[in-house]
Amino acid sequence: MTIDRRTVTQLAADLRARKVSSVELVRACLPRIEASQSSLNAFVTVTAEQALAQAQAADRELAAGRGGPLAGVPIGHKDLFCTAGVRTTCGSRMLENFVAPYDATVVARLQAAGAVMLGKLNMDEFAMGSSNETSYFGPVRNPWNTDLVPGGSSGGCAAAVAARLVPAATATDTGGSIRQPAAFCGVTGIKPTYGRVSRYGMIAFASSLDQGGVIAQTAEDCACVLRSMAGFDPRDSTSVDIPVPDYLAGLDAPLAGVRIGLLKEFFDTGLEADYERHVREALAVFERLGARLCELSLPNIPRSVPAYYVVAPAECSSNLARYDGVRFGHRCRNPRDLTDLYKRSRSEGFGAEVKRRIMTGTYVLSAGYYDAYYLKAQRVRRLIAADFERAFAEVDLLMGPTTPTTAFALGAKSADPITMYLNDIYTISANLAGLPAMSVPCGFVGGLPVGLQIIGPHFAEQRLLQAAHRFQLETDWHARVPERCA
Amino acid sequence: MALTRAQVEGIAHLARLELDPAELPQYEQSLSRIVDFIGELERANTAGVAPMAHPLPGLAQRLRADEVTERDEHDLYQRNAPAVASGLYLVPKVIE
Amino acid sequence: MRGFRSAAHDTFVGSDRGGHRRLARGDSLMNIHLGTPVSAEAGRRQGDAWETVIGLEIHAQLATRSKIFSGAATAYGAPPNTQACLVDLGYPGVLPVLNAEAVRMAVRFGLAIGAQIARQSVFARKNYFYPDLPKGYQISQYELPIVAGGTLEIVLEDGSRKRIGVTRAHLEEDAGKSLHEGLAGLTGIDLNRAGTPLLEIVSEPQMRSAREAVAYMKKVHTLVRYLEICDGNMQEGSFRCDANVSVRPAGSEKLGTRTEIKNVNSFRYVEKAIQYEVARQIELIESGGKVIQETRLFDPDRGETRSMRSKEEANDYRYFPDPDLLPLELEAAYIEAVRAELPELPDAKAARFSAQYGLSDYDAGVLTASRELADYYEAVTRTVPGQSKLAANWVMGELAAALHKDGLEIGAGKLSAERLAGLLARIADGTISGKIAKEVFEVMWASGASADEVIASRGLQQITDTAAIERAIEEVMAHHPAQLAEFRAGKDKLFGFFVGQVMKATQGKANPAQLNALLKEKLPG
Repeated sequence: MTIDRRTVTQLAADLRARKVSSVELVRACLPRIEASQSSLNAFVTVTAEQALAQAQAADRELAAGRGGPLAGVPIGHKDLFCTAGVRTTCGSRMLENFVAPYDATVVARLQAAGAVMLGKLNMDEFAMGSSNETSYFGPVRNPWNTDLVPGGSSGGCAAAVAARLVPAATATDTGGSIRQPAAFCGVTGIKPTYGRVSRYGMIAFASSLDQGGVIAQTAEDCACVLRSMAGFDPRDSTSVDIPVPDYLAGLDAPLAGVRIGLLKEFFDTGLEADYERHVREALAVFERLGARLCELSLPNIPRSVPAYYVVAPAECSSNLARYDGVRFGHRCRNPRDLTDLYKRSRSEGFGAEVKRRIMTGTYVLSAGYYDAYYLKAQRVRRLIAADFERAFAEVDLLMGPTTPTTAFALGAKSADPITMYLNDIYTISANLAGLPAMSVPCGFVGGLPVGLQIIGPHFAEQRLLQAAHRFQLETDWHARVPERCA
Repeated sequence: MALTRAQVEGIAHLARLELDPAELPQYEQSLSRIVDFIGELERANTAGVAPMAHPLPGLAQRLRADEVTERDEHDLYQRNAPAVASGLYLVPKVIE
Repeated sequence: MRGFRSAAHDTFVGSDRGGHRRLARGDSLMNIHLGTPVSAEAGRRQGDAWETVIGLEIHAQLATRSKIFSGAATAYGAPPNTQACLVDLGYPGVLPVLNAEAVRMAVRFGLAIGAQIARQSVFARKNYFYPDLPKGYQISQYELPIVAGGTLEIVLEDGSRKRIGVTRAHLEEDAGKSLHEGLAGLTGIDLNRAGTPLLEIVSEPQMRSAREAVAYMKKVHTLVRYLEICDGNMQEGSFRCDANVSVRPAGSEKLGTRTEIKNVNSFRYVEKAIQYEVARQIELIESGGKVIQETRLFDPDRGETRSMRSKEEANDYRYFPDPDLLPLELEAAYIEAVRAELPELPDAKAARFSAQYGLSDYDAGVLTASRELADYYEAVTRTVPGQSKLAANWVMGELAAALHKDGLEIGAGKLSAERLAGLLARIADGTISGKIAKEVFEVMWASGASADEVIASRGLQQITDTAAIERAIEEVMAHHPAQLAEFRAGKDKLFGFFVGQVMKATQGKANPAQLNALLKEKLPG
């Protein structure tokens, strides 16, 4: 079976033109997914029957000249978006058999737009990880080199898109979980502004940082999918009631005069030299497109990672308290008493990294430490947000590397949590400040993809997508496919 | 700052986690590393800076109308429950 | 202990005594003594030596249709877990959205006690594991509550008034219920109540006796029902109370170590629980022990409080702002709009009743103990103008007794104000006597008929026809010649005998004034 390289945009057009049917696409995708599982392990659940039924329905709509903007387009969902009747595991033993009785808003919206769900994508357990090694269902492997990690936590999403198992996938980003795997796998990912995409039905890791987004082959595809999933949701109090612009409409607008800031702090000693070279070459492309570059310093950015590793675990420790073996999720056998039920259910259900973060969060919120850690981190967070605000008074976009290095080997960083945490050193600050950010493929080092990160002010998704799209019109990094998948 | 074993055990209890004695040293070590790492924040000058709990400035809580919109779906909702009887979720005896 | 039971206790009348007549005063004390180790001797000493300090945390369930953060119904008594939706169950992925009506009700309460309404308040998570707490945290308000710093006035034993400070009132969600019966050593969890909006009303530790605490609690109870923000049903747990109790040497400024008595759901139990706890603490200290800060549970069967060990360990709630909810911001215009909708409040209404209807403070207090009662009374007086005292006597007397006997509330609609007014109008215009009216009332109560129907069908109309009364007198005189002779011989006391006989002969219907006049005329011969 030859690989389908068509983008979401092309597929949607071909489906509408009846050049291909949704059932044909799904029938083509399913065996490829099956075949990839042993090497990539990108899926936790494949929903073959449901996908075919949805595809048939989409084909009927299309035949009748109806159907939403994504009618018949197959996609995958990160396995933390609740899907009615299909298990949602969050990559955890805790939810190994959990079947949500409802659809996440994102799932419902994409379904309403006509998208066909092929299955649920593997991820770090409860989205806690940067390598996809914490999944209870086993690590996902990087399609560019299966000895390497795909990044995390949306590793299954990035790997699936990179291997062209699906044209696009929903994903989430709490500290870089869309951008870092997108960079490692050579695909395009967008984390929108906090509040842009509903969190209803998206199983929480850290509520003030989590944001749903898209991983796809191109910025245009990101725009296409995001347009259908974004928007106000009355069921999410943190969802913002601002109309969603047509992200596709402004994509071709020229970049002349756009001011781009280079974050000095992102070009630090931790950045690999070859990685940096590619990022600077990408910046030169923008310059050629008429953008103006300048260097900026945001002095509080280096404190992002420690601030994040207070705030995120604090919220996670509370968010994950509901997994107690009573109403859903794993329950230990023969609990002696209530405390035993809680402790063993949770200890058996959660993996080591999740436990570590729950304990970190419990510690920073506990009596005597709250001010020193939690409140302090939230103050630092404001400093970081203020840094960005000052920067966006001077520039339209900030750019830099997505990660300090290309993908690393499985097991290389699992011994020491801090080494792993520092992988997100360039991505975390956007989450703390709630800013939209993307990762766009911008080169290869040793056969491994390099990611360019683009950060914008709140609700500037259109500007980000436009910049990324213009860049992708000039380059073909995003169009490259791992040899083993080709 | 190194966390003591007793502290780690205390945190685990508060979080209702049971740590295997064999795993304890590993958690003790990694949590101490993390506490050291986040302790770096202490050096930030945050005098007069208000804590920021939400990433978007100036947003206020939205209110919903007081309407009953949910129906009884307990059969469906309890399909995920490990132990139920007569519509109740079951837990080991709670002593007050 | 007995030292606390001063004479004043026995004469004490609460600020809103009328509304809760079933609450027997005094009797509760006896039960406690059976269970308490305090000797009479020790008790007498304590009365002078110790001061009691009480603060109350009242939980009032707000009378919204749906829950505070979800669209599930709040109705009481549904089968287990049939009113627990995904949000109430803490399902993965679901999120809370705040109920506008719960906010409005909290603001109403704050304005009614003259408190500050926070322009910005914040919801926080209180983290602890308990089976009735589905998310492992309770959404509550911690550092920035919606209401801060109000006052309520209670009436003390000696009739003087005392202001009790309300530190704060905050919105939070209720927990579910644990059921232990019939489950073979297991506990069953019903989460129907989870997510029901609560207003937690926290007083200053300004009460100095169980009686004061009860008077304060009743005051709050009356107020929340006036405001129509809580149904006040204590049996169903809509209104319940935690009492923080400590003792200190009289004259001391420093507070003693307090204990918290959890979830007491009747006025009587609050009083008993506090009295027991005060005695226990004093006994403990006097015997050389120390009060431990702990949570205690009141056992109504034994009249004792006991330590709730399960709630003791590691109370580290790790409060932090709930990231799923944004700060609640209230505009001045909104607050003013809520203020404009406030009803007349109990104290103001009682004052008006005294002035407008010429009632005593006591009667005005009784009649304004609930808004329904006050409205009922006013409806009666409107229908029979100029009879406000007659109306007060009937509403507080016959009507209250009948309601009590049948265990009904005034709002049950058993006897409409119009029907009662119809009866009072017949007393006022002389159609029936007060005595006959009681008979008519009983029939009306049982049958649903109007006063006029009862009077007509039973022929209870007063006899005002002079000739008819004269005929009855003459017959009685003819039947009792001996008594008549004695009367005429100077035995004046027999006048009453003849009144009685004529009344008997007329089935009580003779107009008493006319009867008197005619007897005076005819008996002397």
